[in-house]
Amino acid sequence: MSPDGLRTSSCQTLIADEAIAAIRQHGAETFPDECCGALIAVDGRIVEAFRLDNTTTGGAARRFRIGPDGYRQAEANARARGGTLAGFYHSHPNEPARPSAYDLEHAWPNFTYVIISVRAGTPGDITVWHLRDDRSGFDEGELIWPTGS
Amino acid sequence: MAHRVLIPTPLRPYTSQQETVDAEGGTVGEVLSSLTTQFTDLRRHLYADDGKLRHFVNVYVNDDDIRYLDRDATKLKPGDVISIVPSVAGGSPGPAAAERSTDLSHAEIQRYSRHLILPEVGMDGQRRIKGGRVLCIGAGGLGSPAALYLAAAGIGTLGVVDFDNVDESNLQRQILHGTPDVGRSKLQSARDRLTAINPEVQVETYETRLTSANALELFTGYDVILDGTDNFATRYLVNDACVLLKIPNAYGSIFRFEGQASVFATVGGPCYRCLYPEPPPPGLVPSCAEGGVLGVLPGVIGTIQATEALKLILGAGSTLVGRLLLYDAWTMKFRELKLRRDPACPVCGDHPSIKGLIDYEEFCGVRPAAPTAASGPGVPETTVEELKARVDGRAPFFLLDVREPHEFQISRIAGSTLIPLGQLPNRTSEIPAGQEIIIHCKSGVRSAKAVAILKEQGIEAKNLAGGILAWIDRVDPTLAKY
Repeated sequence: MSPDGLRTSSCQTLIADEAIAAIRQHGAETFPDECCGALIAVDGRIVEAFRLDNTTTGGAARRFRIGPDGYRQAEANARARGGTLAGFYHSHPNEPARPSAYDLEHAWPNFTYVIISVRAGTPGDITVWHLRDDRSGFDEGELIWPTGS
Repeated sequence: MAHRVLIPTPLRPYTSQQETVDAEGGTVGEVLSSLTTQFTDLRRHLYADDGKLRHFVNVYVNDDDIRYLDRDATKLKPGDVISIVPSVAGGSPGPAAAERSTDLSHAEIQRYSRHLILPEVGMDGQRRIKGGRVLCIGAGGLGSPAALYLAAAGIGTLGVVDFDNVDESNLQRQILHGTPDVGRSKLQSARDRLTAINPEVQVETYETRLTSANALELFTGYDVILDGTDNFATRYLVNDACVLLKIPNAYGSIFRFEGQASVFATVGGPCYRCLYPEPPPPGLVPSCAEGGVLGVLPGVIGTIQATEALKLILGAGSTLVGRLLLYDAWTMKFRELKLRRDPACPVCGDHPSIKGLIDYEEFCGVRPAAPTAASGPGVPETTVEELKARVDGRAPFFLLDVREPHEFQISRIAGSTLIPLGQLPNRTSEIPAGQEIIIHCKSGVRSAKAVAILKEQGIEAKNLAGGILAWIDRVDPTLAKY
């Protein structure tokens, strides 16, 4: 385990090209603010990245928040697609794609958290994380999509 | 009395994948307590260590958030359904103000030892600097020295807003950037340089033009804004945003050999509008690109701004609040003027009329600075390619250069005649009749005025769009560009 409480696991997350493209696009559009949205999975694979409003009041350049209404919208959308709500994505403008202490403090278990780094408006690294059951940190997973790595 | 509780997706692994669970209790608190007794793993995800519900856990009774009812004590009727609905939150590593960690490591104590042995700064002061957040508007002449010194001083977070690339003509004064950086984005070059000086500094770059639409959002969370802008529209925008957000503005401006500095928008102190209620008429005060600037001048003024930013963060020393410092590099004199907050100021006065950001380009009477837009409608134009065809052809024409003699010395289009714009009204007799007249300057603004002056005297002429700069870019790159 690295000193910041992150460690790598072999857990793989399959995701469609369209979802990766949508996350990149969303991150670039909202830069220098953070973007956020829901990840919808069908048959164990994330097929859609669904945009949600960032309702933070703490400065969207460094924070995102999806309120209960946004959460319910995400669940309803997942159900409508015949899938499940797999987790959420957000961007780190001008920061690496690694979870912050703030991310850890606010994380839910059993969700997939995708983070994209957007530097100077250009989408960069994209990573995936899972909260450890004892809330002590995140484990990094492996994000796999057909055309990339 | 048992009530149904709806369990959200991420918590279902702790309820054997059940979407609904029945739990006993007469109030919301009792039901949640019996729920977490049945399913003990739920507890640490719903409650913080202090025993309170985590603030991203929302509990609803039917459709009502218990925050707006009686919270935990909300009484339940038979048939009431309780839903646990997550909020999802997170963010970048850059800490919000309340979360700043400011302990100094041994390495930092060593690095800042010359600060630490000043009783006026000391450990407490250096911790404040480390927790401090300064936003530099512009990574140019003023922003360069200011950002370099603030980074060296150990400022915690240094934001930089700019949208330009490094140009050869910047290097004479913009010391964040070096010769190998020409053509790179100023922000990339700034980040490299600042991180090299002090890797501990969190450099936040915003590659965008500062506008009324993004200024409030960008400024939020910073302790001091350092105004290194080079035009009036942005200067008023920075001022008004600082007043509205109550963030002090470490102000500086430069022109030729003279500079000014002050601190605006502190609570009770004056703002830029108290000093200059109205912008000058557009075109009256030339920019550095037009009027020139001594390269070392922004070094002095930008460093003064950084000094003020540090004192504001330390909350100590005497700042320039209420004082306008004037510096003349040519005569090497400092002067000081007293400033007072104007109770009638439209933005910081007792009864402000400006309560949000306005259109500053309109306020300053300028349109976005494309040379063709500046020439306005009705000024006949020609392109550098058309000019080249005329130079190569046989038909006689008259090429008039309305720049200043020292610009003419730097580079000129062969065959042109120099009559500076200011002398043009009295020297029209030198313009030959019966020939097509094409007028140029550096970028097309002054020559558009010249076309208008000649038109008033009944002489038709065309403006060379983009001026000699476009000529150098597209026709004759052997000429020197300035």
